[in-house]
Parts: sequence; C-alpha cells; structure tokens
Amino acid sequence: MAAVAKEWREIPARYNLEGSECGNCGRKFFPKRNMCPHCRRNGFGKMHPYQVSKKGKIFTFSIIHDAPAINMRLKPYAVVMIRTDDGLLIAGQLVDTDVSKIEIGMRVRSVLRILDEGGTTGVIHYGFKFVPDL
Amino acid sequence: MDVGIVSYGAYVPRYRIKPEEIGRVWGADGVGMGRGLKIEQKSVPSPDEDVITISAEAARYMMDRVPDVDPQTIGAVYVGSESHPYAVKPSSGTVAEVIQATPSLTAADLEFACKAGTAAIQICMGLVGSGMIQYGVAVGADTSQGAPGDALEYSASAGGAAFLIGSEKIIAKINKTMSFTTDTPDFWRREGQPYPSHGGRFTGDPAYFKHITSAAEMLLDDQGTKPEDYDHAVFHQPNGKFPERVAKMLKFTPEQIVNGLLTPAIGNTYSGAVPLGLANVLDKSKPGDRIFVVSYGSGAGSDAFDITVTDEMKNYKKENAPTLEKVLENPVYLDYALYAKYKGTIRMPE
Amino acid sequence: MREVAIVGTGITKFGELWDKSFRSIGIEAGIKAIEDAGMSGSEVDGIFIGNMSSRFINQQHIDALIADYSGMATRNVPAVRTEAGGASGGVAFRQGVMAIASGMHDVVLVGGAEKMTDLDDAGTALIMDSTADAEWEGSMGLTLTSLYAMIARRMIFEGKVTREEIASIAVNAHVNGARNSNAQFKNVIALETVLRSGPVADPLNVFDCAPYSDGAAAVVLVPLEQAKKMGVEYVKVSAVTQASDTLALFQREDITTFKATTVAAKEAYKIAGIEAKDINVAEVHDDYTVAGLMALQDLGLFKSGEAGKAVLEGQVGIDSKMALNPSGGLKARGYPVGASGVAQIVEITEQLRNKADNRQVANAKYGLAQSVGGTGSAVTISILEAI
Repeated sequence: MAAVAKEWREIPARYNLEGSECGNCGRKFFPKRNMCPHCRRNGFGKMHPYQVSKKGKIFTFSIIHDAPAINMRLKPYAVVMIRTDDGLLIAGQLVDTDVSKIEIGMRVRSVLRILDEGGTTGVIHYGFKFVPDL
Repeated sequence: MDVGIVSYGAYVPRYRIKPEEIGRVWGADGVGMGRGLKIEQKSVPSPDEDVITISAEAARYMMDRVPDVDPQTIGAVYVGSESHPYAVKPSSGTVAEVIQATPSLTAADLEFACKAGTAAIQICMGLVGSGMIQYGVAVGADTSQGAPGDALEYSASAGGAAFLIGSEKIIAKINKTMSFTTDTPDFWRREGQPYPSHGGRFTGDPAYFKHITSAAEMLLDDQGTKPEDYDHAVFHQPNGKFPERVAKMLKFTPEQIVNGLLTPAIGNTYSGAVPLGLANVLDKSKPGDRIFVVSYGSGAGSDAFDITVTDEMKNYKKENAPTLEKVLENPVYLDYALYAKYKGTIRMPE
Repeated sequence: MREVAIVGTGITKFGELWDKSFRSIGIEAGIKAIEDAGMSGSEVDGIFIGNMSSRFINQQHIDALIADYSGMATRNVPAVRTEAGGASGGVAFRQGVMAIASGMHDVVLVGGAEKMTDLDDAGTALIMDSTADAEWEGSMGLTLTSLYAMIARRMIFEGKVTREEIASIAVNAHVNGARNSNAQFKNVIALETVLRSGPVADPLNVFDCAPYSDGAAAVVLVPLEQAKKMGVEYVKVSAVTQASDTLALFQREDITTFKATTVAAKEAYKIAGIEAKDINVAEVHDDYTVAGLMALQDLGLFKSGEAGKAVLEGQVGIDSKMALNPSGGLKARGYPVGASGVAQIVEITEQLRNKADNRQVANAKYGLAQSVGGTGSAVTISILEAI
C-alpha cells in the first residue's frame, strides 16, 4: 500500500499555483489559506481560490551543491524566490539555466516538471519549477 | 460541419547530443552515422522531464494562444506516445488536469509507435464532427529510447506537440483523413523491456515506404489532387533521408517538405515527429496554404491528412506562446556521460 | 509573578559522541546542573526539555524518557518536551521560567538534548530541512541551508553586508571555540578558509554552517528569593520573551531581517529595563554565519551596517565592549539542536558568575541569549543579570 492522498490533494497548487484570495481585503496568498491572517474573523467564508501568475522576476537565489537524494542527477541546481507579476513571493527550483549566469531580476515563468520520480514503483510527483522566460 | 485545428503548441527539451559524441563512446564512426541518417544532433530530455511534462508544456502553449477558449469546454484529451511514464495510469489524465479541463471530459492514452499522436487527432475529429464534444486535445509526444550502442541511439529523441481540434474559429481545416493499416513486424518493444527491437532493413520498403505511399496515394486519389496542389508536405521522419526519399517517390519537391522536416535538427521524436513537423509548418504558413501530412507508426500504419490553412489564421494569437523556432534556440550540448546521466542509464545508488 | 534565578548549570562536551546514547547525554547534563546547585535532585518538581526531533533517534515521548532516566519518574515528576526547530531549547527555558514565575513550580530543571549522529548525514539534513516549510520549501527542493543562502544573497545584493563580513562570524566563533574545552571544534581558522571551503548552497560554504552534533545542557531554576537563601552563586533572569513569524521564508515582508528577533528583543529590553547597549555578552543563534550577523543587527547590538565591520575587524572578542558567542557559538562549540538554546543560557550564566575560565568576558553585568527556529519562525530572547 502506498500513501498517495497528501500529494494528490495539493495538485491544483502544485500544477497551477492555485492559492487563495481574501474576499474581504483582496490580499492574495500562496499556498492557500483557510483564514486571512489580516482580516481573521472578517474573512471567514470569504477565501476564494486564486491562481497566482505564472510569470515573475527572480528576487533571490541559491545554487545547491549538497543535494537531497531525489535531485542527485540535477546537482548543482538552482533554487529561487520569485516575485510574481501579481506581487506574491513564491519559491521553487530554477532549471534549464546555466547556474553561473543567474541574476536577481531575471524574468522567469513556471513550467510543469517532475519533482520526485517516486523510485521504480511509486507515484510520480509533478509540480512547478521555473525556467528563464523566452 | 467543418472540423480542424483551432490551436496548437510545440515543445522540445533544451539539451542535445551529436552523433560523433555517441560514436566516440561505442567505437563507431559517429560522423558517418550522422551523415548516413542525415541527423546533426538529437534532443535529450532533462532528468525532470518526461512525456507528461512535455505534453503539458505543449498543451499549455496551445491554450495560451486561444485565451477565449474555456478549458472546461474541452471534451476529450488523448496523448499518444511509446514512452508513457506509466504502464498503467494515463498521461492524458494528468495533462487534462494541468490545462484545467477536468473533470467533465473523457481521456485515454494511445500507443501506435510513431503515429499515436496523429491517431489521437483522428479520434478527436470523430468526436467533434459527430457533435459529441466541442473541443478535443490530441498530443503526440515521446522521450524515446534507443539501446546504447544501437543505430537507434543516434536518432531516438524527445519532444511533442498538442492540437486543439474543434469546429469553431478553425485556423487549419482538416479536409479529409485516411489511413492505411496492416500487421507488419518492422519495429516493436515487448512489455517490460527497456529498448525496442527492429527488423533492420525490413523497416524500409515493406514498412515505412509501403504504408506512407499507400496512404498518400489513397488520399490524393480521394481528393482528386496532385502533389503540386500542396504548399507543404509533412512525412514521418525517423531520420533525415527517408522523408526525402518518400517525397521524391510521391513527386513532392524538397521545397515542399523543408519546413516540416525537423529530424536533422532534433532527431526522431517518434510520436512527436509528425505533430512537431506540422506545428513548424503552421508557424510558417499563411491563409490558403494547403498541407499534406502522412505519419507512420511501426506495426504498422499511416495516417494521412489534407489540411487547408484558413483566414482565421490572421486572428490567431500565435505570439502568445513561443514558436518552435524560438523553442529550438540556444540548445545546450551534452557529452555522453551527461547524456547517460540524464537518460537514467547510469545505475544510481539506492 | 515571582522573579526567577538560575542556581545551577551543567553541560556535556559537544561533538560526535559515538559512545554516548541520547539517554546518557541528557542525564549527564542534568546531574551536573543539580550538583552545581547543591541539590540532590529530589527537590525538582518539574522538567522542561528542549529536543528538536525525535526522528533523529526514532523515539517519541521524549518527556517520559528523560523523566524516567533522570530518576524523576519514580516520583512522578511532570515533564514537558518542547519543539520549535532550532529554538526548542530557548522555548524550554522560557517555559521553565514561566513555571517558576507563575508560582506553580518551585524547582524546575530545564534541559536541552540532541543526539544527531545516530542517523546518516542525508537523513539528518532532511530532518533539518523540515524545520522550514516542509510542503512548500522542502518538497520543492529547497534545503534549509539554501534558504539562509538566499537571505545572504539578498542582503549582499541590497548592500547590507559583504560576503567577507558574513564569513567573519565563523572566524570569531573558532577563536572562542579554541578556548572552550567542551567545544566540538577547537581550531582557529582564517577568513580565507571559510571563503574557500566547499560550497553547500551558494553563497554559503561548509564553514558557514554549524555542524551536526550530539550534546546536552541543563540549568536549575528557583524563585529569586529562594536563590538568595541557598548559598550558591546565582544569576537573575531579567526577561524571557518569544515571538513567532511565518513558517515559510517567502511569506515574509522582508527576508533580510528576522522580525521575530526584533520584536522579542524590544520587549525583552523593556521588561529588563535596559537598552541594547547595556548588553556586555551575547550568545546568538549562528547556525549559519549570515544568521549570526543578522542577529547582531536585529538585536540592535550594532547600528545598521556596522555589525559586519565590527566582526570583520575582530571587535567582538571576549575583551571587547560587546562579546559575541564566547562559547564558540553554534559554529565552533557545536549545534545539537535542542540543546543549543539551553547551552547559551549556561554560557551566559557562567560569564555572569565569573566562571568562564579563559573565555571570561570582564565585568559582565547583562547577558543575552537568542535562540531561533527554522528561518526565524520562532525566536526566544533571554536576558540574564549578574547579581
């Protein structure tokens, strides 16, 4: 038996950056929230799904040399925090780039890639990573 | 009703390897192999790419170009490949989820060697034409494997294209499709085996050439057309030479096939080959262009299409996604060691 | 609310203690602390343990383990384990202080213990990575080190610090570690060594990161009025504050400062009735060099932009106005995660009691300890005063 529900539940967020928007104050969040930390009670029942923009600019980055097992074939690999075009900050890997040429401010967009192959028998986990915007 | 292509998208991974580098490792004349196959390099997927991610990227480009189409109106998604990530769990289900077409639609994965993508187009045509669905998505994509040291290793590459089939605002009308199918054992892969087997020179005349020419002649006859009536022709392209030869056999000119022939630049993308060739032609076409397309899948069969680019192409938001030419810019070249690492042929520790 | 005092301290060596188990390490520190307080142990009426991850040793219910093996379970003494990432020890200390201050307890043993070397490095790294947002940072491929590396890169980009200033935190740490017989690393290192060490997550290298360690520390707390009657050297707890912040670093408004540090420190100074400039000695959470440097700024110990220069120029040694991490810090003394917050309290206490051997900061009156969880998602600030 394999544990599958946890990753399945996050599919809208992992594939399409679905977060939340507070119907009370209009603030947007990723990942989604059941409660707006600013409006609290005034936001109850008003949190709607919101799809974060798939494009943005690099806010900061690091190049990981000490990689966890699932990324052994990709190391060294870059991780970034992106300021999306709609103003949120989100984090992920940056791929298909020469790691020596990454700069804060570079434009990127999100794509679907394998996050974890799941070995030879498990479910393959897909999610967003970033690539330089053509 | 008219049925045709409403939108399309194409994606090829960034990485490449040259035949001389492959030949170097196996003690073969890589340059000679490349020349013989008329392949300059082939595309290689990154370790975090597979048929699902490639199909998703192509399908996203396809949707980006038709912002007015609500993905919820898509009634079917079919992904054709011979390298689906799962033996059981459909790539089409995940692709449908990625483009947010779920849950009210049908989906299934197809396999018919290199023509699974065009078979998907035919199925969508049927569903749309019969009024059963409003839009269907057909994808042909592969991350094909060639056994290390085998001739196929020089050509087996990765890439895919997606087509939105519908009856409204068609940018390329599919006037007719006809197919020629037999049981022919030219190339196959048994369940569980990592690499395919093939019949050597048997893959030529009784397989590729027979099926393509038969389907082509059937369609030309049915439409009452001659090769010169077409502006472009796309033939299946396992290497750079077969399509040139079959074009000559059918009396199409080199100028007609040039835009649809990508194998010399990216290798044989199997189920992605004809879809990518068609996408490149559409990138460079103008209203009124007539396109002749014949795919080939080992086992064996050919799907032929007669297509006319419509005036709607003028309104099409092609610029909302990168053209194939843009996608193919600035590739990154790998040596064989990196290639082996990316392809997963190096045995990693537990 | 009663005032609280520390009357006993105990600490083990920090390092790769292959022949010591989690059980033996925790007890060792606790026994030393009780003996230092001149007690027999039967006076203790409550135990608080800071322990970051039971996953290191595959044991839940750490509270019961410690109560049992410290001999307290036979008297059914209540025990609580606190977890807050790297701040586990600092949180345990605050809980212990609250227990005495509230009047609900009269003699509390606060300990922190971690056994990290029973697991392979890769497994340990994954557990540390899970103190960030496991779902949206960890699972997306971001390691804890890469998060601090991204902070460093942004700080350098904004002109707030230089790479050399960041690296100098490790140099200062090792100078002090060399004088600490309990330290994991006792070698003095040059700035070049830090800058040239292998990259872990660019721009942070091996020497920018605290090691994995085993170790434990403990203190005994009693009401201040009680301490005065005990005839032992004691130290007053002037303030213990705690603040939270978002779990994920990307949810912060400004990633170049830990707001939890600033907020908790401001309140701590207010409660203690002092200002930042009154602090003579500080033990800050330098799990990464950049974190140590950020702490100096966030705690207000230096004016903005001057902390880096001070460390680079060697102006935070034990003979300076504000001594930084005289124990060697997390970097050189070692970082058994749950133990670190309590080990900082032990160090400050020894400094204020004039028992810091050759690490002694002269005339230390006020000391500060900062313990941090994750990427600043929880921070405790403790201010101790010499009596």
